[in-house]
Amino acid sequence: MIHSIVLLPLFGFIISCLFSFFKSDQTIDRITQTVTSLFITISAILSFYLFVINLSDPQVYKFTLFTWITSGDLSVNWSLYIDAVTRVMLVVITSVSALVHIYSIGYMSHDDSKPRFMGYLSLFTFAMIMLVTADNFLQLFFGWEGVGLASYLLIGYWYKKPSANAAAIKAFIVNRIGDFGLALGIFTIYMVFGSIDYQVVFENVDKFDETNFNFIGYDINAITLICFLLFIGAMGKSAQLFLHTWLPDAMEGPTPVSALIHAATMVTAGVFLVVRCSPLFDLSVEASSFVTLVGASTAFFAATIGLVQNDIKRVIAYSTCSQLGYMFFAAGLGAYGAAMFHLFTHAFFKALLFLGAGSVIHSVHEEQDIRKMGGIYIFTPLTHAMMVIGTISLMGFPFTSGFYSKDAIIEAAYLSDAMFSNYAYFLGTLGVVMTSFYSWRLMFLTFNGNTRMEEQKFREVHESPYVMLIPLFILAIGALSFGYIFKSYFIGGASVEFWSHSIAIHYHEHHHIPFLIYYLPAMLGILGFIIAWYMYLKNTRIPAAVASLNEPLYKFLLNKWYFDELYNYIFVIPARSIGKFFWKIVDDYFIDGFGPNGIASMVLKISEKARSIQTGFIYHYAFSILIGLSFLITYFIFVI
Amino acid sequence: MNELPILSILLILPVIGILLLTFISSNSESDGNLKQTALWVSFLNFIISLVVLFNFNQVDPNFQFVEKYYWLGDTISYHVGVDGISILFVVLTTFLVPICILASYNNIKFSIKEYLIAFLALETFMIGVFISMDLILFYLFFEGGLIPMFLIIGIWGGERRIYSTFKFFLYTLAGSVFMLLAVIFMYWEVGTSSIPILLQYEFSYDAQIILWLAFFASFVVKIPMWPFHTWLPDAHVEAPTAGSVILAGVLLKLAGYGFIRFSITMFPDASHYFAPMIYALSIIAIIFTSLIALVQEDMKKLIAYSSVAHMGFVTLGIFTFTIQGIEGAIIQMISHGIVSAALFLCVGVVYDRMHTREIERYGGLVNRMPLYSFSFMIFILASLGLPGTSGFVGEFLVLLSIFSVNTYFAVFATMGVVLAATYSLWLYRKIIFGQLIKDDLKDILDLSSREIVIFAPLILLTILIGIYPIPVLEIIEPSSQLTLEIINGKMD
Repeated sequence: MIHSIVLLPLFGFIISCLFSFFKSDQTIDRITQTVTSLFITISAILSFYLFVINLSDPQVYKFTLFTWITSGDLSVNWSLYIDAVTRVMLVVITSVSALVHIYSIGYMSHDDSKPRFMGYLSLFTFAMIMLVTADNFLQLFFGWEGVGLASYLLIGYWYKKPSANAAAIKAFIVNRIGDFGLALGIFTIYMVFGSIDYQVVFENVDKFDETNFNFIGYDINAITLICFLLFIGAMGKSAQLFLHTWLPDAMEGPTPVSALIHAATMVTAGVFLVVRCSPLFDLSVEASSFVTLVGASTAFFAATIGLVQNDIKRVIAYSTCSQLGYMFFAAGLGAYGAAMFHLFTHAFFKALLFLGAGSVIHSVHEEQDIRKMGGIYIFTPLTHAMMVIGTISLMGFPFTSGFYSKDAIIEAAYLSDAMFSNYAYFLGTLGVVMTSFYSWRLMFLTFNGNTRMEEQKFREVHESPYVMLIPLFILAIGALSFGYIFKSYFIGGASVEFWSHSIAIHYHEHHHIPFLIYYLPAMLGILGFIIAWYMYLKNTRIPAAVASLNEPLYKFLLNKWYFDELYNYIFVIPARSIGKFFWKIVDDYFIDGFGPNGIASMVLKISEKARSIQTGFIYHYAFSILIGLSFLITYFIFVI
Repeated sequence: MNELPILSILLILPVIGILLLTFISSNSESDGNLKQTALWVSFLNFIISLVVLFNFNQVDPNFQFVEKYYWLGDTISYHVGVDGISILFVVLTTFLVPICILASYNNIKFSIKEYLIAFLALETFMIGVFISMDLILFYLFFEGGLIPMFLIIGIWGGERRIYSTFKFFLYTLAGSVFMLLAVIFMYWEVGTSSIPILLQYEFSYDAQIILWLAFFASFVVKIPMWPFHTWLPDAHVEAPTAGSVILAGVLLKLAGYGFIRFSITMFPDASHYFAPMIYALSIIAIIFTSLIALVQEDMKKLIAYSSVAHMGFVTLGIFTFTIQGIEGAIIQMISHGIVSAALFLCVGVVYDRMHTREIERYGGLVNRMPLYSFSFMIFILASLGLPGTSGFVGEFLVLLSIFSVNTYFAVFATMGVVLAATYSLWLYRKIIFGQLIKDDLKDILDLSSREIVIFAPLILLTILIGIYPIPVLEIIEPSSQLTLEIINGKMD
């Protein structure tokens, strides 16, 4: 059963890969769409089954497939390792993936290379499953880079668009920078523990608690170093501050991709990594504080940018970035269960929002600018209803999924006395208002008010087909109810049995949380809703007034804190000019000039000179002999 | 099996092929016959090398299939054999030569007979290098290989072929002169040129330093390391496709093999002494040639510079003196032999159609060439070291080993992996993606069946070694262990 969860997506990929070489026609499209969707759906049902049967009686499954690399005392296997954390991830990955596969049948109906698209989706799903089922860091790395590849291929899916190609490369490169840290982390783990198997590492962490490791001249606590390096990888994959620039650009990809990869699954891999390595992070106060700091900063920073963006997908992308920040600071504060819980619920409501946005884009003829929408809810009532469900869950409206998970995180920050916990609590609560505000701003601008579309286009707005709407319904169920259903397992009374040693759990006694604090996030969320309603429906002149009131700040936010420009000046331009310098100046001028070409021309010059001595005239030679002779005689006379 | 002089057969078969070719007249009608003959001879040689591979005893770290005949007195002999370090290079050579011949079917327009003769001669020389167990024999093959390569670039090359071929030839020859002196010195010092004896011999510290430098002079140019690499881009750019393939695929590996076989094993003290310099040069190669690759306008130049960067990982791994480093270096060489060969073939495919290597002249090829784009993608991914491709295994092992020796160098080397992704994907995007707007590209054809036959085995190997490299590692491991034992034994 477990094997088929993993292998079905791979088969789906291979089959659609083969089909994509044929001339695309309707039958082939149908076959690949059906086969891949069916495979993933089976995989999803199996994952869900596996999740449910292990809710109260958790087990760890482990299969070794075959050896991957052995060299000296290093030995790495391909394996499947399934514990509670993996099961949560499997449910998220396969169920969202299955729904996205089905949704894509409708969304991509006008595309002319459907097998390729379905193949990439399946490839992604396979790589992501390999990532979460690894029992060692190298297989994790395989999945890690594999999802990066799939993401690259899918962002650049519309390869005719230069912007899509640029975004794809950017995503891959920025991720590689993160992977650079992850790889160094893996090397350090091997150096310290002598193995890169999870089991060996996690069972021996206590022994190396005090060990120092010399890294580029600094003696650093080994565990702290490992955690820092691993977290750099997590920052890249999960688009945290400084390595976040690729995520908004990744919206160039088709919307189902954004829902699957850039909201529900791949970007959460970083959170997964931190949670998976919770035995390590738990031992390092420094690394955990850093995680908290970065997470909380990102939660705030991304939310501020989200306030002013006008592209429907980019708003949601920044929202994702911000929500990932919440997960990270929860993990940094030691609330791993809460982080996983938010990962779980977020996957459903954010995928719902993205697929809803896709449905909107589909309805309004590929328009993505929310300033050019408005008032379309009468034509798209179902999409609108589903988006409302996603939004209330995201804003943390009481008793929706998002309410429970987000509340758990903010509570953890409130209760924690770790470093930066107040910082995280403050920015986290502030973020709640902003989250609610930008979400409702998006909703109001898109669906309500007077339309800003051209009249012709407005009349052609239509509801999406059922093949796209049904996945939305299913996700909406998750967005509304999964929080309530599973809260006791993830964070409540049953959590210790549920996680059963797969994460580090802190058994702190139940604090009494004041009623006000408990409902503060929800109330702040409603406050954000009211502000958005007032600004965008009631008194629509305010936004422009606010923007012009503080022009520099508005520009600063609109241009995403100028990160892209900054990186362009710090990295891209210098890299190219150093490259040019080393090529034209060092290689061509110095090395070739003094090396091969220089020596060659030197030989030529010397032989020119030597030739001019050999004139062939007897009297020249006689003259040289005479001079030589006189020198010799002088030498003998004066020296001897 | 051991009674059959199978390595000699491997060595002589291409020569027989050359003789056969000389009997076929070289008019345009018999061109097909010439190509067929050369192809089948080289393919047969590949089969024989596989026989060697399957009969190779993986557990035994020593030389196998040994043949020894006295040649010049009783000290210099015709002495051949393979061990776990060399056998894979032999197979790599015999594997690439038929592919090269197949890749030259349509793009060599004149003197096809001589061209094929040069290739078969080159095959003999290259196999000879890897199976020699006598230093003099090694030197003869090592230098002899230059001649056919010189001719291949100089006669069938591009516009600036004369400059490039002389640069290549004189540069490598100049380095090798020092090696010849060292070989003579070693012969007088030890009284034999037998490699197994020399491997056990302990040279004095001063002698080691001199000898190491002399061998280094030869290998540093050939591998090539920064700053002795400038001949490589020129040679690649001017060489015909198959010439580039064999140059990147096998010729660069001769020096890597030489570093393992001679430098670190025979002169371990000197190697340890010079190791920091090797690290530094390797890191410069990895970082700066990657940056140079980033700004290239010529496809072949870009891949040539990336080769220098990839070979930086090889030298880095070898001089860590760890099992992961040496195994990583060997597997990196095998992988690079497959992948860079394939990348040059990819360039050749579009060059044959468009007769330009300028990156700007392409764009949007995926619209008309899906199979080509797919193959190219696999090799680009292997080149940037994606896990699951052959490129990853070697790089990972090398980085792991250098990390255990020196974390500074490891950090820089790992940065190189980021740069590799940058230039590889940039190249791919410029050529493959985008809209097909250039008029002359509108009728470009996808891979022919001949080209599919060329690429299929390369793709299979790239992925197979990436996912299941164990068979390869098992062959390498015992001999690498033995090498390390010899080194450590001498160091004590």
